[in-house]
Amino acid sequence: MATETDHTNPAVDGSELIRFDQVTKRFGSNTVLDNLDFSVSSGKHVTLIGPSGSGKTTILRLLMTLIKPDEGTIKVDGDYLTHEDRAGKLVPAGEKHTREVRKKIGMVFQQFNLFPNMRVLRNITEAPVNVLGLSKDEAETRARELLDLVGLGDKCDAYPTQLSGGQQQRVAIARALAMRPQVMLLDEVTSALDPELVAGVLDVLRDIAHTTDITMLCVTHEMNFARDISDDVLMFDSGRVIESGPPEKIFTEPEHERTREFLSAVL
Amino acid sequence: MSWNWDVAKDFLPELGKGLLITLEATALGSVLAFALGLVWAMAFRSPTRFVRWPVAAVVEFIRNTPLLVQLFFFYYVLPTWDIKFSALTTGVIALGLHYSTYTAEVYRAGIDGVPKGQWEAATALSLSRGRTWIAVILPQAIRRVVPALGNYVIAMLKDSPMLALIGVVDMLQKARAEGASSFQYIEPYTMVGIAFIVIAYPASLLMRALERRLGH
Ligand SMILES: Nc1ncnc2c1ncn2[C@@H]1O[C@H](COP(=O)(O)OP(=O)(O)O)[C@@H](O)[C@H]1O
Ligand SMILES: [Mg+2]
Repeated sequence: MATETDHTNPAVDGSELIRFDQVTKRFGSNTVLDNLDFSVSSGKHVTLIGPSGSGKTTILRLLMTLIKPDEGTIKVDGDYLTHEDRAGKLVPAGEKHTREVRKKIGMVFQQFNLFPNMRVLRNITEAPVNVLGLSKDEAETRARELLDLVGLGDKCDAYPTQLSGGQQQRVAIARALAMRPQVMLLDEVTSALDPELVAGVLDVLRDIAHTTDITMLCVTHEMNFARDISDDVLMFDSGRVIESGPPEKIFTEPEHERTREFLSAVL
Repeated sequence: MSWNWDVAKDFLPELGKGLLITLEATALGSVLAFALGLVWAMAFRSPTRFVRWPVAAVVEFIRNTPLLVQLFFFYYVLPTWDIKFSALTTGVIALGLHYSTYTAEVYRAGIDGVPKGQWEAATALSLSRGRTWIAVILPQAIRRVVPALGNYVIAMLKDSPMLALIGVVDMLQKARAEGASSFQYIEPYTMVGIAFIVIAYPASLLMRALERRLGH
């Protein structure tokens, strides 16, 4: 199964946006990903499920270049992420190359990771102004629109610590969107929230999934949410995709015994 | 021997002049120590070990050599390299450099205290390294360490009389000169001691207040 490359729906014409090619990642002697192949087509919403420790976060962190693969290559929108093609030879990429490719990727973290020293508005405008080169006015106008989108239009001047967890996470979503990424990585974005705040965040994400063409790669334990937004669900176990398919199939008639076990444990 | 108010009164203007020099040396030394310490602390975090290692070695070396030795080194050796500064400037450089190795540790603790998620969020937003430092990491790190930095200002104040050994005429030198000319020692030295307490004690109270306000 590990060598099978196309786990997304080939019937949709979206080009390949993310591609893992024989990616191996180890932490010490612990091989977390072992020659992993998988790809995500442009515009798709792909959800990774699987038991804790199976390597889901590792995949997102590799894409965000927070960690580097030990072997194999990752391509984003046709460009190598951590390598450069120099006259036909693959060499480790410089920081500049990696940053350019990475600009296409946005990420929302489990712990929000807003900048506590900045007000909400500046959290959102900081990168568009300093990385994309938007004017301050332009960036602020967009930031306000995005805050309206996540239902926090009145919180521009608040500091993150003055907001609830759910509100902070919605600001973090707006902050990621402000960079106009082609793909959003969402790593258990509701896991750190009090139960009553989860729905608000998921609603915002559903809204984004249904009204934009941003590609989403999502790790979640919220199975109803996964069912609503996913085109494809990948079931991970021990760093391998053991089963994949549309949510209707994975959630109702999983083929693999491990998938059944996992689903019965979380559903 | 008894306290002579006339001697005390006569010494007061001289004490004032010495005090200004003491404060000047402390203030300039602090500015240098704060700035250089920040440079060291950021270098400790450099992705290149050819920056990290030499800086760590030099900082360690300076911290473990007495300030007095550094003071004499700068005073006697720099001129042989045709680098000539006034005694006060030389003193400020030695004081600032020496204490920068302590402030570097303070900054380091502050920087280490910024959660890893902040660096990761900055990476996820593609912020440059410089921007990550300036906009994200340092504002959070420095806020935590202001009180600890303040304590080093007080330490520098108390070390500043050492500058007299290379000819900086600070409060203590003024007291010595007064003693030498009038043979009255109690008044000038007592007054210098009091002057130090009068500055240092409120300063440390201020630091503690800052600590309470900024610390979480
Ligand atoms: N920074 C790290 N250092 C060492 N081991 C790690 C690190 N990050 C993840 N791991 C290990 O990698 C494996 C996969 O982790 P992760 O990708 O977080 O799994 P998941 O997100 O599916 O729960 C786990 O065994 C975990 O202990
Ligand atoms: Mg995880």
